[in-house]
Amino acid sequence: MNLQEEYMIGLAAKGTRLDKRGLADFRPVTIEKNPISKAEGSARVRMGNTEVIAGVKLDVGTPFPDKPDEGTLIVSAELSPIASPDFELGPPRENAIELSRVVDRGIRESGAIDAKKLCITPKEKVWTVFIDLQILNHDGNLIDACSLASIAALSYAVFPAYDGTRVDWFTKTTEKLPMTATPIAVTVHKIGRQPAYLLVDPTREEEDAATARLTVSTMDDGHVAALQKGEAEPFTLEEVEQAIQWSLAKGKELRALI
Amino acid sequence: MKRDDGRKVDEIRPMEIVAGVIKNADGSAMVRMGRTVAVAGVYGPREYLPKHKQRSDRGVLRCVYQMVPFSTDERVRPGPSRRSTEISLVTTHALQPAIFLEEFPKTVIDVFINIIQADAGTRTAGINAASVALADAGIPMRDLVASVASGKIGDHYVLDLAGKEEEATAADMPIACMPRTKKITLLQMDGDLPPQDIKGIIQLSLQGCEKIYALQVEALRKRWKL
Amino acid sequence: MELLKKERDVVIPGDIIVESMEFLPGRNTFRENEAILSKRVGLVSINGRAISVVPLSGAYIPREGDMVIGKVTDIQNNGWVVDVHAPSDAFLPLAGVKEYIDTRKTSLNRYYDVGDIIYAKVNGLQGTSIYLSMQDIKARKFHGGRLVRISPTKVPRLIGKQGSMINIIKDGTGCKINAGQNGLIWLEGEGMEKCIEVIGLIEREAAAEGLTDKISAMLGVTIDKSQESQEVLE
Repeated sequence: MNLQEEYMIGLAAKGTRLDKRGLADFRPVTIEKNPISKAEGSARVRMGNTEVIAGVKLDVGTPFPDKPDEGTLIVSAELSPIASPDFELGPPRENAIELSRVVDRGIRESGAIDAKKLCITPKEKVWTVFIDLQILNHDGNLIDACSLASIAALSYAVFPAYDGTRVDWFTKTTEKLPMTATPIAVTVHKIGRQPAYLLVDPTREEEDAATARLTVSTMDDGHVAALQKGEAEPFTLEEVEQAIQWSLAKGKELRALI
Repeated sequence: MKRDDGRKVDEIRPMEIVAGVIKNADGSAMVRMGRTVAVAGVYGPREYLPKHKQRSDRGVLRCVYQMVPFSTDERVRPGPSRRSTEISLVTTHALQPAIFLEEFPKTVIDVFINIIQADAGTRTAGINAASVALADAGIPMRDLVASVASGKIGDHYVLDLAGKEEEATAADMPIACMPRTKKITLLQMDGDLPPQDIKGIIQLSLQGCEKIYALQVEALRKRWKL
Repeated sequence: MELLKKERDVVIPGDIIVESMEFLPGRNTFRENEAILSKRVGLVSINGRAISVVPLSGAYIPREGDMVIGKVTDIQNNGWVVDVHAPSDAFLPLAGVKEYIDTRKTSLNRYYDVGDIIYAKVNGLQGTSIYLSMQDIKARKFHGGRLVRISPTKVPRLIGKQGSMINIIKDGTGCKINAGQNGLIWLEGEGMEKCIEVIGLIEREAAAEGLTDKISAMLGVTIDKSQESQEVLE
């Protein structure tokens, strides 16, 4: 462990951090509504120096055979090398794929989109919802930033015109997507091993020092929609309970920003 | 002639340039030309790996242009395409003459250009952003590089094509130049033009580049103004 | 032979500073015909007939003699690999340490282990290879304290002429500071928070005049007025 990590753990023991935040404090969070007019819906989220844009595009496609009357959702995140010296060129690797899958599950498993209402003709035509995530600057906590941007972009999105045969993206309707809930992901990170401390919304420096993380997606009604534990250090049950409590409380604050 | 967006034929779109938009990058810039938005980030000079790609007499400039999937009306598939690969190459060649690459042997200067929103002229917006980002990254340069695409609609030479003008024009001709010496570093054209029009359109674009250059300079000065 | 820019003017690449053969192009400038132009975004510095530009931005490019702060990332059989935020990793060879090490008897991690933060001197450069040395009075391994990172181009401003600025900060905050030319700064002591505030101010306002006065007033340190006129860019 290097001196910087030791120093961070020393601060955590006193309940504070390098940037003077408390362990359960987020950096200032802002959401900009529809910065991309070409997308059906979009949101730019800034958490401190982390900046991501989620863009929603809609298209008409065929349903999956096992869900013939449901629309489809495709979430793609790319860790573009523009955002960090550590990101490399090339197709998405495991980190980018995990990121998009965690965002995807939070939205899909919560039933946030009423997939049946995306059906046009059963077995033949359904709406496909694409969420693409562009990371502009990586200063930690991409899962939470991307999840928040995604659910915000979905809630701002409207359908393009569709005449039964082709989609006209130049003409947007006023019809919103069939949203039923606003799941919010909050990731709790663990730094140190013995003793260990929990904190939310890490900077990149804190994230590099973290030994494990747990993402909890919570719903408007206080239920949990998805969990994802990352990195190799284990969690105790008490830590999991603490993480869920924090996620619920922080989730409420973030939901209010949309 | 009246244009869709009310501009005169020799007028560029409303343009905004901000330097220093990506904290992690050594240099960066955002350029908005009308509805087209490009963001460029520069990293380096840094070690070029694998080693066999290094040049021992100079550094290597590597530009990567890509369109973000939600940047257009119909979603673009993520990842490189033949189009984006070609644009990356011509962008590299457009910027390279301005840079003192000989000062950094064996290294690479990475320029990543992401088109956040596309409404014609994305490569030129990308070059304008990359040029400011390179200067912002402290890379030694002999000049900036400014870029614009022009064409001919009806009998008129038209500066900085936007939106549906790309379909109406007889030709689409993006150019880039080093404004101080007026040297042309990128020149492409698709369409159908009598040869005498080429000069006229290039001259119009060079005038447009002057205006863009003024905005680039202003963005860089603004970054360091107190 | 008229100067088109004056001392401390902000210039960008391609800006003409002077059109005259009477002047000589110094660092970060180049000559084209009669003119001397800037290569980089920076501040004009005129020293007699020599024109140079002090850069305001850019990645760290190592120079021989620089003191840098780096993290040991690997141990090889003949030395240590150190990340110094430069275009390539640096190498600290066995010959670069103060002690004689018999590698048959002791393992190298007893001296510097992976993760250790060291203050080292850039002893030599070959192509992109950077060789470090600990055989300098200031060189050391850090224990405790913390690191902050600033733009490497601001480090000369943080140090000041012959250490004038950094000494004001040390006196005013009581904090121990070691500045690496590569932009990493190591701090330890009570006044760390104040110190970080001051470093942030220097980074934001590096191009400003009278910064030394502003910082000393902020910290309540009186400076030797005879030195004031000597305030230069680096």
